[in-house]
Amino acid sequence: MDISTIFFTIVSVVAVVSALLVVTCKNPINSALSLILTFFCLATFYAMLEAPFMAAIQVIVYAGAIMVLIVFTIMLLNIRADANKKSFHNVPLGIVVGIITLLTAGSFLARGKVSDLPGQITPNIIHQVGHTELIGAVMFTEFILPFEITSILLLAAIVGAVILAKRNLS
Amino acid sequence: MDNLSNYLILSAVLFSIGTIGVLVRRNIIVMFMCIELMLNAVNLTFVALSRHLGNLDGQVFVFFIMTVAAAEAAVGLAMFIAFFNNRESIDADDASLMKW
Amino acid sequence: MFDNVWLIPLFPLIGFLINGLLGKKIKNETVIGGIASLAVFGSFIVSCKTFLGLISLPADKRVVDVKIFSWITAGNFNADIAFLIDPLSCLMILIVTGIGFLIHIYSIGYMHGEDGFYRFFAYLNLFIFSMLLLVLGNNLLLMFVGWEGVGLCSYLLIGYYFKKKSAGDAGKKAFVMNRVGDFGFLLGIFGLFWYLGQNHNVWTVQFTELSNSAHLLPTGGIVTFITLCFFLGATGKSAQIPLYTWLPDAMEGPTPVSALIHAATMVTAGVYMIGRMSYIFVRAPETMVVVAVVGACTALFAATIGTAQNDIKRVLAYSTVSQLGYMVLAMGVGAFTAGVFHLMTHAFFKACLFLGSGAVIHSMHGALHHVHSHDDAQDMRNMGGLKKYMPLTFLTFLIATIAIAGIPGFSGFFSKDEILWQAFANPLHGGLNTFLWAMGAVAAGLTAFYMFRLVFMTFFGETRIKAGAEKYLHESPMVIVIPLIVLAALSIVGGYVGIPKLIGDVFGGIPNYLEHYLHPVFANANAYMAAHAHTAHHSHALEWGLMGTSVVIALIGISIAAFLYLVNPTLPAKFTATFPGLHRAVYNKWYIDELYDFVIVNPCKTLGRFLWRGFDVVVIDGLVNGVAHVVMAFGGVVRYLQTGQVYSYAWTMAFGVVVIIGYYLFK
Repeated sequence: MDISTIFFTIVSVVAVVSALLVVTCKNPINSALSLILTFFCLATFYAMLEAPFMAAIQVIVYAGAIMVLIVFTIMLLNIRADANKKSFHNVPLGIVVGIITLLTAGSFLARGKVSDLPGQITPNIIHQVGHTELIGAVMFTEFILPFEITSILLLAAIVGAVILAKRNLS
Repeated sequence: MDNLSNYLILSAVLFSIGTIGVLVRRNIIVMFMCIELMLNAVNLTFVALSRHLGNLDGQVFVFFIMTVAAAEAAVGLAMFIAFFNNRESIDADDASLMKW
Repeated sequence: MFDNVWLIPLFPLIGFLINGLLGKKIKNETVIGGIASLAVFGSFIVSCKTFLGLISLPADKRVVDVKIFSWITAGNFNADIAFLIDPLSCLMILIVTGIGFLIHIYSIGYMHGEDGFYRFFAYLNLFIFSMLLLVLGNNLLLMFVGWEGVGLCSYLLIGYYFKKKSAGDAGKKAFVMNRVGDFGFLLGIFGLFWYLGQNHNVWTVQFTELSNSAHLLPTGGIVTFITLCFFLGATGKSAQIPLYTWLPDAMEGPTPVSALIHAATMVTAGVYMIGRMSYIFVRAPETMVVVAVVGACTALFAATIGTAQNDIKRVLAYSTVSQLGYMVLAMGVGAFTAGVFHLMTHAFFKACLFLGSGAVIHSMHGALHHVHSHDDAQDMRNMGGLKKYMPLTFLTFLIATIAIAGIPGFSGFFSKDEILWQAFANPLHGGLNTFLWAMGAVAAGLTAFYMFRLVFMTFFGETRIKAGAEKYLHESPMVIVIPLIVLAALSIVGGYVGIPKLIGDVFGGIPNYLEHYLHPVFANANAYMAAHAHTAHHSHALEWGLMGTSVVIALIGISIAAFLYLVNPTLPAKFTATFPGLHRAVYNKWYIDELYDFVIVNPCKTLGRFLWRGFDVVVIDGLVNGVAHVVMAFGGVVRYLQTGQVYSYAWTMAFGVVVIIGYYLFK
């Protein structure tokens, strides 16, 4: 058992536990903090998978921006775990569906076969050229159109968010 | 890379946990966070397979998913605020005007 | 040469648009009337230019198609917006724009101060536009557009005083009866198009092409059916038996409208249409018999009704129906030139008569209004002795009356006599000819009688208007009188373009200009008749004799009128008292309207009511509502699937995902 496997095991246990905490914590703030931990674990995995750029934006965008937004909203709405109100519903059924999902995915993995043909982007090339540069080259050549469309999507989201938050729907 | 299957299994576990969370929680914000969790589980699959196949396309997809998630967060949270302003609640069960 | 032809219908269209869209804002009557009159005058000028251009061509080149643009092209079917310039259409546009212009001028005076002055002129311009399309169209479809357009304008203008119920009803009646005819016209177009296309691969509705392929048509058979359909259209538009009853009712419209649309132009459209397709009609001998008999019957029948009417405009209306009967008779006996000739002269003198009666009514109305009397301004029993109050109107009216009565030297004599002679001498109908001639001659006598009865009752004798009102009677303003004078002059000289050969020879061989002029139009039909019918030769003595007879009959009619209404004014009342039944029947128009109500209108209403209450309400509405109820019931059940709860949608989604993935896994 080499060091990377041990490391992987530890991090994945942390990831699963924190993910479970997201679901089980009654207080949304605790859920949010657990989720941030999960995101950090995922960033670690990305780093282990020779994808440092993904790891960086995982931390910056997800753990940073999005989670800050969520925490901010929770604070703004001043939501607390209300003892009088149930936090859960349909728990047994939910767990059953979750397990079915897991089994389905598992059997999917068990039956599926992943190609063993190695592509051109080997770890060596990543180390030589740099991961960010490689991603950038793909993003601004092959995926330039989706990239631009994404920017329009973000603009629409900004406008939508402003309008929704501003207008008094009552 | 032998541990591809480990990543995929981990991803499946996280996805299932996220699914359960969406189904059993009543708090809209927690449901939203569980959806983010599911998205991240998928992202992990993408990156792992991208690494395995030596192809960066999967990582570009992850990038786009993150963008969409950011947009979703902005709009979704704005909706929650609007909903809260109306109902003094963020319980999904209270969003039932569409009910027959 | 005819590059400017498109301007002819364009001017009135522009006038219509200006007055129709902006008239309400313009308000100034002089401007509105001026625009409308100028538009028609512009058309008249271009028409004159076209006419001069046409007669400068050699006779055999006088049929010109001027294509403006492609209109409909679908498969074998092709129709252009294109104008046919030939002697007939040229004559018609001259009549339409010329008389139309005079009547526009007249209307400025006559309609002064009426509500919706601009509306009147807009409709009038629209009418001129449609009528020009009708006569200029080089194919049946464009002609039909004009045909419908004039019908619409007729409806709008009859119902011009729409606040009066009778006017609205008359408009509807005219429209519906015309629709019956239009239906026949359409069937005729379809039939002709289909027959020629199906059997001879000539897919066309264009007149010149139809003329060229007329020899492909058989004699009788399908052609009889097609021409009868066309003739049904003509009876509707030209007010022939059985569809004539709308025309007398159409007198509810303003008098200039009666003069322009219901005397001079629109009602002659049916005659024009038969003339336009003469080469098809002559190939259906049975149809020609029907046309001739219907024409003769209408001429006689309407004339009898005209003898007992007291409303000045109604007399003229029945006179119009009767004269249209003459024209149709002429068409039916193959005397196309004579028919068109009578169309022209009739347009002159009948327009003059209507406008003269309008002047009388105008004056009467004003005078009665001054003394706050509610007497009918159109009833001849309230008139009498107007000669000294309205000398110019009287003079023009008298000239036109002499013209219509058929006194030699005036236009009506030449055209009517030509028709009567042709009715007697035509080669088509054999033994029927004598009857046709006799009916026409009797109708001519009746015409002379009722027209002079009208003149005597209106202008002669003592003034019967309510006491005190006579000092308000006055001659009309110049805008009204000048058109009358022009038309009266035309009523005299209009006949000299078509002097019969018999008379022409006496005066040193004056040719029949009109016949030469129209020859290219009817050459096809005449050639067919010459080849297929046996022309009998009649002596000149017989022709002179018949001419003399018809003049004598006319003079007898005039004498009776003079005897009854000038010398012995009490006699008519006695006569009425002696034969009350006959008088009542004639006065009530032989109860034809009542007959139609009983035979057609009421059964249709009953059927309609049954279809409404029985079929529509129960079956159709039941079906429609039933479908809606089924949908509602189904939706009522299915809507319980939509819980409106967010989590239930999430559940459904998760379930769906699992099912889909499962399907791919275990398939």
